[in-house]
Amino acid sequence: MREKILSYMEKNARIDLKDLATVLGEDEVSIMNELEKMEAENIIAGYHTMINWDKAGVEKVTGMIEVRVTPQRGMGFDKVANHIYNYPEVSSVYLISGGFDFMVIIEGKTLREVAEFVSNKLSALDSVLSTKTNFILKKYKEAGTILVDKPHDERMKMSL
Amino acid sequence: MRNPLSKTIVNIQPSGIRKFFDIVSEMDDAISLGVGEPDFDTPWRVRDEAIYSLEQGRTFYTSNSGLKELKEEISSYLMRKYDLTYHPANEIFVTVGGSEAIDLAFRAMLDSGDEVLIPQPSYVSYEPCAILANGTPVIIDLKEENEFRLTAQELEDAITEKTKILVLPFPNNPTGAVMECKDLEAIAEVIIKHDIFVMTDEIYSELSYGEEPHVSIASLPGMKERTVYINGFSKAFAMTGWRLGYVCAPHEIIAQMLKIHQFAIMCAPTTSQYAAVEALRSCDDEVAAMKEEYNGRRRYLMARFKEMGLQCFEPYGAFYVFPSIKEFGMTSDEFATKLLESKKVAVVPGTAFGASGEGFIRISYAYSLDQLKLALDRMEEFISELRN
Repeated sequence: MREKILSYMEKNARIDLKDLATVLGEDEVSIMNELEKMEAENIIAGYHTMINWDKAGVEKVTGMIEVRVTPQRGMGFDKVANHIYNYPEVSSVYLISGGFDFMVIIEGKTLREVAEFVSNKLSALDSVLSTKTNFILKKYKEAGTILVDKPHDERMKMSL
Repeated sequence: MRNPLSKTIVNIQPSGIRKFFDIVSEMDDAISLGVGEPDFDTPWRVRDEAIYSLEQGRTFYTSNSGLKELKEEISSYLMRKYDLTYHPANEIFVTVGGSEAIDLAFRAMLDSGDEVLIPQPSYVSYEPCAILANGTPVIIDLKEENEFRLTAQELEDAITEKTKILVLPFPNNPTGAVMECKDLEAIAEVIIKHDIFVMTDEIYSELSYGEEPHVSIASLPGMKERTVYINGFSKAFAMTGWRLGYVCAPHEIIAQMLKIHQFAIMCAPTTSQYAAVEALRSCDDEVAAMKEEYNGRRRYLMARFKEMGLQCFEPYGAFYVFPSIKEFGMTSDEFATKLLESKKVAVVPGTAFGASGEGFIRISYAYSLDQLKLALDRMEEFISELRN
């Protein structure tokens, strides 16, 4: 049942409890219990709004920073990651396989703001060996949602 | 000047569904629950394959019966899903939608005066196509108390010496009814006893929500040799505009159908055929996801009807529900017209699918949950106003 709830909620976070129960063919109480448990277990980690900031006319800059680091003795990468993700400017941190160690995503109001964070804070950390900053120019799709065009119903009148 | 038209054609009535949509398109904020085609886009990998086939310059006719590759995929798909064995070389061919196959089957099998049994309510094409093939349509009125299934008794009562073909349209448009294995076994016995044939239109076979998976009558003992099996890509793979279906039958029937297809159509669209190969090979997950989404909407509609106290048998197939509006003392047409005029919600009167659809309306759930919700809110208002 959990997987059923999660795959539905992943795309429809705002659906109300009663409708969710109906659509999944379960009773409301058990759905509510499962949701509460999954929230407590941090399986459901939040209910956020996906915003197309470009359309909102609000200036935002997103930088994807490739970071190479020296792992800390005894703690591996986790301690370094902890240090990085606690900055509020950092929106995501991923440990990556390949040519570098972390992918750090930073959101700021201007290019300068992001660049200053990278040079003053991120690069200044002892364990950080190097950084490479990539600025996002256009967001086409995010978390499974296409941002560039809103689909509309093109079905025509038909006789069936 | 002489009358240029054929009397047979002039006497055939156009489909009754269009009338409402002509009104809907004039209204600004009308919501339509009338369209009988999936609201999903064709899976991207299928579209991508079509683009690739064009880039490769595959723009020629295929053989009359269709791409060999596609027929082989159809054969293995039918085996994998429905336990059907049709040989790709001489028991399957690719048509321009399931609808072409309906037309061809009648034309290949009927002589003047042969009777075709058509259970109704059902898809609008069977009756006119039977007439166009010089057949005589004989309607079997399905009943709500049987959940709009065809019973052995109803079949037995309708058979005469002239009966040649039974049309079996399940999962059903417009009722959403399905025939389970036991129902099919019961009618198969009658079919064999009277030595008649079956044209089974299983275009909605992937959209079957009951505990028992969809069963084809062609898979029952003694039935393959007397069955023309029709399916296609429109509903399961959300590929309506590609116009692609297929028909499977014993070789003697296929050979005659193929003759008409060869002279009238040549072959199904080449681009669509390449796309369909990909659809059968790699879209199981997408098909399952669409089905799950439809099923959720179906449950939602049933729950809303229950709350409204609107009588509706629970349908387990296709993407339609068929609630009864008999309590309001109006015809289906009056109800649908008033609902559209006063609440701007378009549904299709049951009578568009045969006289036995009187007292019912068809609601399609090939719409997002949000749209359904909005439409059902308006319908609820409408109903409570009628009751007061």
